Amino acid sequence: MTTTTSRRRLLALGAALALAPAARAQQGRTLTDDAGRRVTVPEGVTRIYAAGPPASVLVFAVAPGRLIGWTTPFRPAERPFVAPKYADLPTLGRLTGRGNTANVEVVLAAKPELIIDYGAVTPTFASLADRVQQQTGIPYLLLDGAFDRMAAAIRSVGAVTGETARAEALARYAEETVGDVTRRVARIPPDRRARVYYGRGPRGLDTGLAGSINVESLERAGAINVAAELGPGGLVQVSLEQVLRWNPDVIVTTDPNFATSVRSDPLWRDVAAVRTGRVHLAPGVPFGWIDFPPSINRLIGLRWLARILYPNAFPEDLKPLVREFYTRCYHQAPTDAQLDALVASASPRQG
Amino acid sequence: MSRRTRAIVVTALVLVAVAAAVLGAFAVGRFPIRPGELGTVLWARLTGSTHDVSPTVETVVFGVRGPRVLAALAIGAALAAAGAAYQSLFRNPLVSPDILGVSAGAAVGAVLGIYLSQPVVTIQLLAFAGGLAAVTLVYAIASAVRGHDPLLVLVLAGVVVGALGGAVISLVKYLADPYNQLPAITFWLLGSLAAATPADLASALPAIGIGALPLVLLRWRVNVLALGDEEARALGVNATGVRAAVIAGATLMTAAAVSIAGIVGWIGLLVPHFARLLVGPDFTRLLPTSVALGAAFLLAVDTLARNVARIEIPLGVLTAFVGTPLFLWQLVAARRSWQ
Repeated sequence: MTTTTSRRRLLALGAALALAPAARAQQGRTLTDDAGRRVTVPEGVTRIYAAGPPASVLVFAVAPGRLIGWTTPFRPAERPFVAPKYADLPTLGRLTGRGNTANVEVVLAAKPELIIDYGAVTPTFASLADRVQQQTGIPYLLLDGAFDRMAAAIRSVGAVTGETARAEALARYAEETVGDVTRRVARIPPDRRARVYYGRGPRGLDTGLAGSINVESLERAGAINVAAELGPGGLVQVSLEQVLRWNPDVIVTTDPNFATSVRSDPLWRDVAAVRTGRVHLAPGVPFGWIDFPPSINRLIGLRWLARILYPNAFPEDLKPLVREFYTRCYHQAPTDAQLDALVASASPRQG
Repeated sequence: MSRRTRAIVVTALVLVAVAAAVLGAFAVGRFPIRPGELGTVLWARLTGSTHDVSPTVETVVFGVRGPRVLAALAIGAALAAAGAAYQSLFRNPLVSPDILGVSAGAAVGAVLGIYLSQPVVTIQLLAFAGGLAAVTLVYAIASAVRGHDPLLVLVLAGVVVGALGGAVISLVKYLADPYNQLPAITFWLLGSLAAATPADLASALPAIGIGALPLVLLRWRVNVLALGDEEARALGVNATGVRAAVIAGATLMTAAAVSIAGIVGWIGLLVPHFARLLVGPDFTRLLPTSVALGAAFLLAVDTLARNVARIEIPLGVLTAFVGTPLFLWQLVAARRSWQ
């Protein structure tokens, strides 16, 4: 990974020399982002605008002091998990093409030196990045949001901000977390894998098909996504009949209303997960644990999923892991009460 | 063929269509149930006898598929009845139940409920209340404006309130959390019966029934109203009163239907056309025919929605896919009868 990065930098340097007159106009380094775009970034960037929620979490984790604002305001339930000096940063809106809410003038008034977006690297987003960069004159770095490239994205943010030591430690932590879960899950024989239904929405009848970003963490945690048999795709609606037919061992949801109602709903009574009390509400504060925003917040969700799916293979207490993750990535250790609330839904028949 | 024979044949055909739709809907689904099992649990429910079929089959038949079939029948009937009433009332074949803003109002209510992360029951109540509120507002505006054709003012007020509702929906979608709320809002606006439960039926059926009363009781007067306000008055019919009662009834039915199914378009526009093709414009015959055809059509479409692909296809999408070609065909076919 490091060799690729340095090779890329070398290429970028070559490109910068080739384009010397243009590059000299702006002081800084020319990098190649994950979309293959050459971006000249000033040295020691101090003010970063994260263009979408995933980028916000990423930059906040690696270089919280450089973040100049959030894309959406914190809700009351989320706020206590983030130190006030960060939580009180202004809301600037999204600028990612997935429903822009940012006013470009507001973004410019906040004087960012660099815009970072973290997510899908497709021609659409690459061209959006080019347009914004041309319009604002602010370098726009597009980083690949794939689960496997998480550590690389962390290192990239470290490189542009100069926070290389912090970024390296965080990248290692991410690699170790994913590596540890992957290794232990690999030892679980296929017939012992949990068949999981991921229910979103107020009715719990929206689910993610195979390969969708919604179930990426579930797949990493060694779950068999029951909806995968419907083929690849994104977020879709299914019928209760279909869920009854799947009869999943475990239900994971992000909707508190559904998590409560499903336990007493006579229609769901016969589902194995409901019968055995294995309905789990994924915590979502300050950032979601399972799918959204698809950023490094999913690391702790991976641990949580592994624990609820395979308590024998992952016997260790979640609390220290959660505390470590929140302290490392969100820069504030949760209180005991907060920890209790976060891990409560990991045990059966609670939540 | 005499008129009488024709009427009997048409009635028989429509009833056969409903029966076929019900049988087809019960027979197929994502959860495999053999016809024998279906017969056993139905028989056991009727006679109170015991059986050895798995309890999940029973849950599917009585808790999932059964309520869904009933909901599709009731909602199809309600939307078609409201559409038939409006088309007669407004003397215009292009009118659908949404014309006075009921769907837009219901959508605003539901979308706000989702935005505020409310439980399903509250979302449904907000949708129902929103639909009623929108039409009340339209009616109040139309009553306040005097000196114009009352029908024209009503339709214009409906368009205005509908547009306002559309703007509110767009604003909420824009502000909603793009990862959790936006998909839920989108799915709701596309309409679906995937989550219809016995509880939904219990809350929607009474409202649909009450809404149907004025339509049934005033069916003769609606015919008179179709001649025009002046003529109706000459015949001793209080045009304003009848109109208000029919609008109230149709709104109640539509709001109840939309609150549990989301936005399901086309039924209220398309089905009365077909009914008129079969039985003519007489509202006393148009209403029951529309009800039966609407029930059969939505049930058939919903059966497609849950079986044609492995995932659920939104009802709003399917009614348009199935409805547009049928509507065009009917337009071409009907030309002959107009000329």
